[in-house]
Amino acid sequence: MLPAHLRRFTDARVALGRAGDALPTSALLDLAEAHAAARDAVWSALDPAPFAAPVVHSRAEDRREYLLRPDLGRTPRAEDLAPLPRTGGIVVVVADGLCAAGVQAHAPALLRAFAADWPVVVALQARVAIGDAIGAAMGAEAVVVLIGERPGLSAQDSVGLYLTWAPRLGRTDAERNCISNIRPGGMTASDAAARLHWLLRGARALRATGVALKDDMPTGPLLP
Amino acid sequence: MAFRHTIRGTTHVFADLRDLLAKATPLRSGDVLAGVAAESAQQRVAAQRALADLPLRHFLHEAVIPAEQDDVTRLILAQHDEAGFAPVSSLTVGALRDWLLAATPAQVTALARGLTPEMAAAVTKISRVGDLVAIARKCRVTTRFRSTLGGTDTLAIRLQPNHPTDDPRGVAAAILDGLLLGAGDACIGINPATDNLDAVRRLLDLLHAVITRHDIPTQGCVLCHVTTSLLAMEAGAPVDLVFQSIGGTQRTNDSFGVSLALLGEAHDAARARHPGAQVMYFETGQGSALSADAHHGVDQQTIEARAYAVARAFDPLLVNSVVGFIGPEYLFDGKQILRAGLEDHCCGKLLGLPMGVDICHTNHAEADPDDMDALLLALAAAGVTYIMGVPGGDDVMLAYQSTSFHDGLAARRLFGRAPAPEFAAWLARVGIGDGARIPAALSPALLGLS
Repeated sequence: MLPAHLRRFTDARVALGRAGDALPTSALLDLAEAHAAARDAVWSALDPAPFAAPVVHSRAEDRREYLLRPDLGRTPRAEDLAPLPRTGGIVVVVADGLCAAGVQAHAPALLRAFAADWPVVVALQARVAIGDAIGAAMGAEAVVVLIGERPGLSAQDSVGLYLTWAPRLGRTDAERNCISNIRPGGMTASDAAARLHWLLRGARALRATGVALKDDMPTGPLLP
Repeated sequence: MAFRHTIRGTTHVFADLRDLLAKATPLRSGDVLAGVAAESAQQRVAAQRALADLPLRHFLHEAVIPAEQDDVTRLILAQHDEAGFAPVSSLTVGALRDWLLAATPAQVTALARGLTPEMAAAVTKISRVGDLVAIARKCRVTTRFRSTLGGTDTLAIRLQPNHPTDDPRGVAAAILDGLLLGAGDACIGINPATDNLDAVRRLLDLLHAVITRHDIPTQGCVLCHVTTSLLAMEAGAPVDLVFQSIGGTQRTNDSFGVSLALLGEAHDAARARHPGAQVMYFETGQGSALSADAHHGVDQQTIEARAYAVARAFDPLLVNSVVGFIGPEYLFDGKQILRAGLEDHCCGKLLGLPMGVDICHTNHAEADPDDMDALLLALAAAGVTYIMGVPGGDDVMLAYQSTSFHDGLAARRLFGRAPAPEFAAWLARVGIGDGARIPAALSPALLGLS
């Protein structure tokens, strides 16, 4: 048996061969290409126009500051918060996070899959917790944050979904539920939407999200 | 106690030892985020000069975190060995740097129990990258389980065969690939996708089967939480090494769900199963205390060195900093990761630990494989005990980039170092040559692959 047969069993970069002790040129450039895609994804920018929604900037001035100062990425600019309507209900925040390209590509399909007329806000240079301030300003009973996940070498377009009941400043990550790796080839938009509606039913019953709300949705067809 | 130092007509004042150490630290993003970094390049040098003038004995009288608030501080004070300290007890931090650079390996190695983590951190803050390599190279730390690690001509590799869903055949394929490229003498260590006991047991059984069927002189580890390892041992699972992430303050360890007593319990349980072996494996990394809001205003490198006091209390086989994993808000770019990796290795070795480094980066850090190669070469020159071996350097479970099996081969050849002696003999016995074919003795069927 040749080492190349090992590739049948894993997506890990096994059986690459050798050039002396180093990676052969093709394997080296495969890695370089994947890393380049991930780097470009980190530095991509979210175009808010297609969402036709209010835009909230975080206090991070640019991408570099965003990467250096997570605290600023969690905090919206006050002047962007003031004009937001007080809608109540569920609010969706579409945020760039660590990979705007994935959100740009997949958020529209996700919003359609939700099949609900929830108000949308676009947040730029944003971390998950920016949804707490936006949700509180809009009087939301819950906030759904769709955010670009840190790109890896195998996928550079994953979207994370975070559900937070009764959003307000000071909520911790333990008070949220997360659905991750939403992308074609990962969790599909329709599966993510079904899971979100299932979580929302539980959150309404509990009046809470987070560790108290177990994400043990049954698999198979769901009742409406 | 306040410190002051005047350079170029400006007097810089530092409120206490904690502030002095933080301001003397070469720039890194995590200290800026915490609000403890120097405000200018000149203030940093003033702090470094004041720190260089500070007698080492001062560290025994001023704790950066009060002992009554923190059990790591109490551990550090209890560990301090006055006899070991004697050769340098009259020196300042600056004179200690000079002493370390001039001393013999035997003298530096003998100092381990006499130094506190804060002393080690202090001396590295006024050392350059070349000094960090030269000083660490003098430290001799040997540990043993089935393989012997830390010989001056040994460079060991942890084989890291992670899989996104812990699929046993996927894990086995990566193990086989690593063995064919000479990796696995430090341990075969899997980061599990979940901390679920049944899933961990399946991986433990897989590792046990591979190691015993092929009589490989190495040790297995599933890097689950220490409480899961304790449950696995109680259930009779074949646990070799017990893993845990640790930090340099009590509250950081709280955030990891561990205490010194719990680590002691796990150490005793594993040691009872493997008498005479060193059975603990710890991971650390600058920034974990700030991430857990448990840093007490202490800079991240000093806290990292304090984590080594926790590690050495449990006589570990392996300790490594996961230097580039935590992200750019703590170590922004290749330059910061390079320096931090060498600081962590040097401090760990000075304090007597079998120190390895996970030479790694994430995609949102300003770092690339060139930066990783530079750190690998510097650490190999510094005598790093072990590095990671990941297929192609791409960890498909943890989504970060570390060193590849190939990197390990290259570093060994460039620096004239070999696998752990028992493992090198096994490689020869099994007939693993250049890895072009899988030897009959390593039949894939035995690894569960057909």
